[in-house]
Amino acid sequence: MTESRQAVTSDVDAMRREEHDLVVVGGGPAGLGAAQAAYDEGVDDIVILERDFELGGILQQCVHPGFGLEYFEEELTGPEYAQEFIENVAERGVDIRLDTMVLEVTHDRTVYAVNDEDGVTEIDAEKVILAMGCRERTRDALDIPGSRPAGIFTAGTAQRLINMEGKLPGEKAVILGSGDVGLIMARHMHLEGAEVEAVLEIMPYTGGITRNVVQCLEDFDIPLRTQQTITEIHGNDRVEGVTVQEVDDDFEPIPGTEYEIECDTVLLSVGLIPENELSVDAGVELHSVTGGPIVDETRETNVEDIYACGNVLHVHDVVDWVTEESMIAGRSAARSLQDRVETRKEPIEIESTAKLRYVVPDRISTIDPDREEIPLYMRVHAPMEDVFVTLSSGGEELTRTFERRAEPGEMVTLNVDSDTLAELPEPRLELDVVQREEA
Amino acid sequence: MGGDNRSARVSLGEYIMQSETDVLVVGGGVTGTAIARELSRYRLDVVLVEKSPDVCTGTSKSNTALIHAGFNADPDKQKGRLNVRGNELYHERIQHELDVPIEWRGALVVATDESERPKLEELLEKGQRNDVDGLEILEREALLEKEPHLTDDAVAALWAPTAGIVNPFELTVGFANNAVENGASVELEAEVTDITKTDDGFTVETAKGEIDAEIVINAAGLYADEVSKMVGVDDFEITPRRGEYYLYDKQFDIDIDTTIFPVPTEVTKGIVVTPTDEGNLLIGPNAQEIDDKRDKATTRQGLDKVLNGAQKTVPDLTKKDVIKEFAGLRPAIKETGDFRIQIEEEVPGFINAAGIQSPGLASAPATAELVVDLVEELRGDLEEDPAFDPNYSGPPKVRHMSHEERAGLIEEDARYGQIICRCETVTEGEIRDAINQPVPAQTVNAIKRRVRPGAGRCQGGFCGPRVIEILSEELDIPMTEVKLEEEGSELLTDEIKQPLLEKSHESSEVNADD
Ligand SMILES: Cc1cc2nc3c(=O)[nH]c(=O)nc-3n(C[C@H](O)[C@H](O)[C@H](O)COP(=O)(O)OP(=O)(O)OC[C@H]3O[C@@H](n4cnc5c(N)ncnc54)[C@H](O)[C@@H]3O)c2cc1C
Ligand SMILES: Cc1cc2nc3c(=O)[nH]c(=O)nc-3n(C[C@H](O)[C@H](O)[C@H](O)COP(=O)(O)OP(=O)(O)OC[C@H]3O[C@@H](n4cnc5c(N)ncnc54)[C@H](O)[C@@H]3O)c2cc1C
Repeated sequence: MTESRQAVTSDVDAMRREEHDLVVVGGGPAGLGAAQAAYDEGVDDIVILERDFELGGILQQCVHPGFGLEYFEEELTGPEYAQEFIENVAERGVDIRLDTMVLEVTHDRTVYAVNDEDGVTEIDAEKVILAMGCRERTRDALDIPGSRPAGIFTAGTAQRLINMEGKLPGEKAVILGSGDVGLIMARHMHLEGAEVEAVLEIMPYTGGITRNVVQCLEDFDIPLRTQQTITEIHGNDRVEGVTVQEVDDDFEPIPGTEYEIECDTVLLSVGLIPENELSVDAGVELHSVTGGPIVDETRETNVEDIYACGNVLHVHDVVDWVTEESMIAGRSAARSLQDRVETRKEPIEIESTAKLRYVVPDRISTIDPDREEIPLYMRVHAPMEDVFVTLSSGGEELTRTFERRAEPGEMVTLNVDSDTLAELPEPRLELDVVQREEA
Repeated sequence: MGGDNRSARVSLGEYIMQSETDVLVVGGGVTGTAIARELSRYRLDVVLVEKSPDVCTGTSKSNTALIHAGFNADPDKQKGRLNVRGNELYHERIQHELDVPIEWRGALVVATDESERPKLEELLEKGQRNDVDGLEILEREALLEKEPHLTDDAVAALWAPTAGIVNPFELTVGFANNAVENGASVELEAEVTDITKTDDGFTVETAKGEIDAEIVINAAGLYADEVSKMVGVDDFEITPRRGEYYLYDKQFDIDIDTTIFPVPTEVTKGIVVTPTDEGNLLIGPNAQEIDDKRDKATTRQGLDKVLNGAQKTVPDLTKKDVIKEFAGLRPAIKETGDFRIQIEEEVPGFINAAGIQSPGLASAPATAELVVDLVEELRGDLEEDPAFDPNYSGPPKVRHMSHEERAGLIEEDARYGQIICRCETVTEGEIRDAINQPVPAQTVNAIKRRVRPGAGRCQGGFCGPRVIEILSEELDIPMTEVKLEEEGSELLTDEIKQPLLEKSHESSEVNADD
């Protein structure tokens, strides 16, 4: 096919070659937190490779407030939250390369990155932290039949268009999916003067956090219709409308419930997919539910010395947890580099009942004398009220935490003491969710 | 790029198209562009007019992209003969001349029941009669070795090594660009609205002005009947027959190496499972007659049929990892089920290339050859243009290069180091190249057809805004005028008054015009 032009370049070796202790792929909050923590743990040869023209990842387009309530205990906008970490890594002298896209990470940690100044750089890294974030699920991945006109956007693209480019994607919108991005965009479109006809959600409950349902929909009288979905999109050049149908408990459209909504825009907020193409090519094994790597408590993947954190690992609803997790990854990578951790002879496997969709990490495989506790992150399958999340081993309960409302859209955290781990009946931890006895 | 003919490029300004030509080709699909290129071999003035803002926006953009081997071709039909000759021409010439992805993956027609075996034998004989090389029947074991994901029910298959896959966008664009490089003109947004017969030819009215032509060639695809009616030839009708598809992610655990057909029945050719030139897996098409030539909507029933049909040969397929659904319309003449490529006797000088349903893509080079013969019949011997250069190459494909090659290219031109589409690794340099080709990309989809940004798993979510920006800059138009494809498919409506500020309340005065 294109052999002819390969000759043009094959005789020159224009590739740059470098070696570094730690390469962080992605300069969103996860990459920033990881780099900062690794530096603070004593590693100073760190490079962050970021394909965008600025650091901060998806936060830069989230101009709404609602970030940092946990970590900073004050309410910041996305860019403000990012700024704190951007300054932190700059102060530490971390080597930051913007407009630089990582094309490949090999299983033995050779990283290939490209930009227009250096061309292609080949970096031999002692440790690699993957922090590529996630992308949005598209119309096509959803299999909605109909025409393919202009006017169908993912909510995040619409957010980017409005906030970064100053362009309104349409005037009359239907939003499919009630994830946080969809909810925020419903409000945003409304405030920018567009009509938001409805937010449709195929599940019986929203995928977003409660705060967003109230502040983005209810305050503006935007209807949220659950157990409904778009079954066809109309319009040849530009969207002209959608057919909506109610669905049954198996998400199958119920015949006879169809109705039409006229609109020129469809925004999709139907889920985020961790961006793991690089990871897979490096040989990293992915979790069937999260779509992110399977990791131990240090966030190391099955490929030695390759770690992952943030949305590339599992989709987080609030960035504060991304920061916490990325610091675990950065710190752990640094300590491992300095031989300050011990590998367990036998890892402790973490398992959960069907009530939980997933738990991160998958196992605990190191002993670190300076670590007091290990947080376990999990999500429930369906909304539940007044429940305890319990942790046991060999039938013996070790700890529990109470949740007044547990929702799939809000991550639950349970901390395990390192001391507890020292004397387990068997190398297995089991998580369960139990209803609080009625008083 | 070689061509200095930039007429198409100026289509947005005050530009007025030339007022006369020897040959006018109507329609910039694979048929029309292949014809224009073949005509540009000769000392002839050739103009191609296309109603859309780009070539390859009709049937040529949504199909299975197969260069059929020709074993099932009917020698009594034009489409059968041209298929066989077309396949030959792709092998002998096109693949060497045009820098367009063509791969000879071969095709299998898989019998899943012993009762289907006689049909395989029949196809084998038919193929041998058509002089298709290398045909053989493979038994189950050899078959499963070739394609481990085939159904356990597979008993045998016809193997046709000369079947191929092609990138239909790059092919059509390649024909068009090469035609322009060789002196033809391609006029976009120049819909033909009327044709009047004159003493020495025709006066053709187009959206870009009037043009006199000695010979008119109608390659208007779905609209060929309407164009033909303009000169009074109205004894055929084009009926659209829709076919729908699922396209899968490149990173997909079912690896398929060849094009897999089920055994055809009287009613249907069945659902094909095939790799594309970019390494995605494609399944489809079904076939449904419809009324509306614009209706390219996919349907639940159609898509379900596609998946069920594909599972017949590759049972592991599900909807998981599907990145795109789409539909294409075959421009069929129902009565004959054949192409209609001929000089219309009652209107000397008017050549129809109509009814170009499947295998129109596989036939295109042969169709062009035949049409040149017809032009020769009308004008007498054509004189070859010694300056004709059949070779064409498009922008470099950074995604297919090794790291070393990339490094070298970026050293020469830094724009190839600026990645715009992350899923497909498409650089700014490639996008600007596409806009500056002889037949320029002027819409988001036109760029996608040439160099693929937005064709990957995120379907343009990330790079869409950047592509719009580059187009607006290169074409010198406001971003709100950038189109996805046709007139009326502008992507953005209004400018926001104050970007980056979350404003509250009345934003009623958001200004509509830039
Ligand atoms: C639209 C949206 C709205 C949100 N709203 C809120 C909110 O209101 N409150 C809240 O607390 N949280 C919110 N979140 C969640 C929060 O922003 C995310 O959890 C957080 O940004 C994830 O951080 P990350 O670093 O893992 O990923 P990202 O922020 O996505 O960063 C990943 C970075 O990696 C880079 N990258 C990827 N691949 C490569 C490569 N190959 N080479 C180089 N660089 C690469 C990307 O360019 C990006 O900068 C929102 C998320 C989204 C998507
Ligand atoms: C589902 C499906 C699967 C197929 N699979 C294959 C396959 O695997 N292999 C194969 O060989 N073939 C296949 N085909 C057939 C093949 O795609 C077509 O035969 C071929 O693309 C037809 O090309 P064309 O140039 O004749 O028509 P088109 O590509 O439709 O081009 C016609 C052009 O004319 C323009 N036009 C129309 N009216 C006017 C006017 N008044 N003025 C100016 N311009 C006008 C249109 O805008 C359009 O660009 C398939 C077709 C379909 C639908």
